[in-house]
Amino acid sequence: MMTTNESELLAHPPAPLMELENVGKSYGNIIALTDVSMAVDAGRVTCVLGDNGAGKSTLIKIMAGLHSHDSGTFKIMGEERTLRSPREALDAGIAAVYQDLAVVALMPIWRNFFLGSELTLGRGAFKRLDVKTMKQTTKSELARMGIDLRDVDQPIGQLSGGERQCVAIARAVHFGAKALILDEPTAALGVKQSGVVLRYILQARDRGLGVIFITHNPHHAFPVGDRFLLLKRGKSMGYYEKKDITLAELTGQMAGGAELAELAHELEELGGHGELVTEVQAELDGKSGTAPGDPAAT
Amino acid sequence: MSTMSQSPPSLRDERVGQRSLLSGLLGRPEIGALVGAVVLFIFFAIVAPVFLQANSFATVLYGSSTIGIMAVGVALLMIGGEFDLSAGVAVISSALTASLFSWYFSTNVWIGVGLALVVSLAIGFVNGWILMKTKLPSFIVTLATFLMLTGLNLALTRLIGGSVASPSIATMDGFSSAQAVFSNDFTIAGVDVKSPIFIWILLVALTSWILLRTKVGNWIFAVGGDENAARAVGVPVKWTKIGLFMGVGFCGWLLGMHNLFAFDAVQSGEGVGNEFLYIIAAVIGGCLLTGGYGSAIGGAIGAFIFGMANKGIVYAQWNPDWFKFFLGLMLLLATIVNLVVKRRSELK
Repeated sequence: MMTTNESELLAHPPAPLMELENVGKSYGNIIALTDVSMAVDAGRVTCVLGDNGAGKSTLIKIMAGLHSHDSGTFKIMGEERTLRSPREALDAGIAAVYQDLAVVALMPIWRNFFLGSELTLGRGAFKRLDVKTMKQTTKSELARMGIDLRDVDQPIGQLSGGERQCVAIARAVHFGAKALILDEPTAALGVKQSGVVLRYILQARDRGLGVIFITHNPHHAFPVGDRFLLLKRGKSMGYYEKKDITLAELTGQMAGGAELAELAHELEELGGHGELVTEVQAELDGKSGTAPGDPAAT
Repeated sequence: MSTMSQSPPSLRDERVGQRSLLSGLLGRPEIGALVGAVVLFIFFAIVAPVFLQANSFATVLYGSSTIGIMAVGVALLMIGGEFDLSAGVAVISSALTASLFSWYFSTNVWIGVGLALVVSLAIGFVNGWILMKTKLPSFIVTLATFLMLTGLNLALTRLIGGSVASPSIATMDGFSSAQAVFSNDFTIAGVDVKSPIFIWILLVALTSWILLRTKVGNWIFAVGGDENAARAVGVPVKWTKIGLFMGVGFCGWLLGMHNLFAFDAVQSGEGVGNEFLYIIAAVIGGCLLTGGYGSAIGGAIGAFIFGMANKGIVYAQWNPDWFKFFLGLMLLLATIVNLVVKRRSELK
């Protein structure tokens, strides 16, 4: 995995797709994000890890154009920018796939696929949707992602959570996204469905996209990620290349070493599950390998 | 449908095709209203045979069109996820604008008609703009405009015309040509047909096309179905919603002009309560109260049900007091049918 990435990196110019330097954002007197730096390269996966309230969603909103940052610099293809709307982000080649607001549940799959970027025929007052092409494109693009759908006319709400994520990813890829932001794509999914989504992340990477994978699960991030940004309470806790960190270290960092030790101690005092405490301690000691529930290890 | 799924395996492929066709038909938003309309038509055809005569049918269609023109705009707005409680009085505001302006300044009636269009679109724009700026529910915003317009209609009519009704404009320049457009009687094969019927049919055809075959139509479904998702993929949510309110304004102008030119004066206190008839027509026609689902043709069928119930009771020589009861019953039945059909088609 590393060798292909490294050869790809050599083939690409070093100017990253996106580069954040000491970016910060506050809402009134609430500071949501301070001094966050990261880079997104084509053909690589940058993971953003953090617990609830760590500032992950603020970071996505800045990159996707829903909010503008108010300190630091945000460069797209080496050019300094401040995004003011999702449209601007899309025009700059940045597409975001959100966990729950990716699609309109009652609308057919093909209408969702082309929503906001509809294909049309004719001119002026007679401009109309090119329904046939849109349906065919939706079907073939989804087939390329490995999803075979019986009917692209069915409401997207009838698909499973994983399939819906994949439609949204296929949509972003089709519309020429250069950078793809995935907001907790595996959070609401079971083990198998998560594995499917992780496979699409690698597929998107191999098609030359820069992927930003936001998650709170290091077991999902580690197998697919090339770089890891750890966030906590709006601040960067560390920014690592894959070669510089192990899964155990990542897990320990995320939970916060000291806090985890305290938790293990508390559990022991309360007479909690021995296995859980040992498992937590093993992770702290950096002895645990891949977790049993890791779908992408297969 | 449950019996089909238990069919022998040898017929399976054929049955699958049949089933998806049937469930496709049942999945249409207006199916409940269509069934209701057919049942109601047969019912009145039996109890009041005069109902089947061409002239009576033209009268039913005319009655339907005066609700239907507005129901089309309101249905689109509801698909877009919003309400307009000011739609009823806004019709009268439009008619009053045209008549009072032309009368007071003694201008050609067409200038008043043009100004009424501007005012109607402006009312829609203001409704939509306040809604998008404040993020208040449209129920509250349009309730406020409803009250304000009701007051303005009465107060300004008395202030300018000195009465509760607007003064007659029948003798003014341009009246007859405007009447020829907005309130004309045609005789087709011996049947007396009024022009609003054609305006209504054109409007339904146009809005159906917009809704199903244009970008804007896609956006209307999207802003009603999931506003945040729509915004995230780059749909101009604000302008789509403002446009929908202006669409209701445009329909209000069409109906207001008909009301004005069908007679030559307007009662300033009219229109109150009609907004519910438009919403009822849209809901009977399969529009979801929560937005994102429905059709223009459904709103038209809802208005047709209204027209049939309204005139059918007269043809059956019943006491018209029963009309509201009928309307309530139709609303309940149609929405239950919609619900059942929707659940079934989702189960497939």
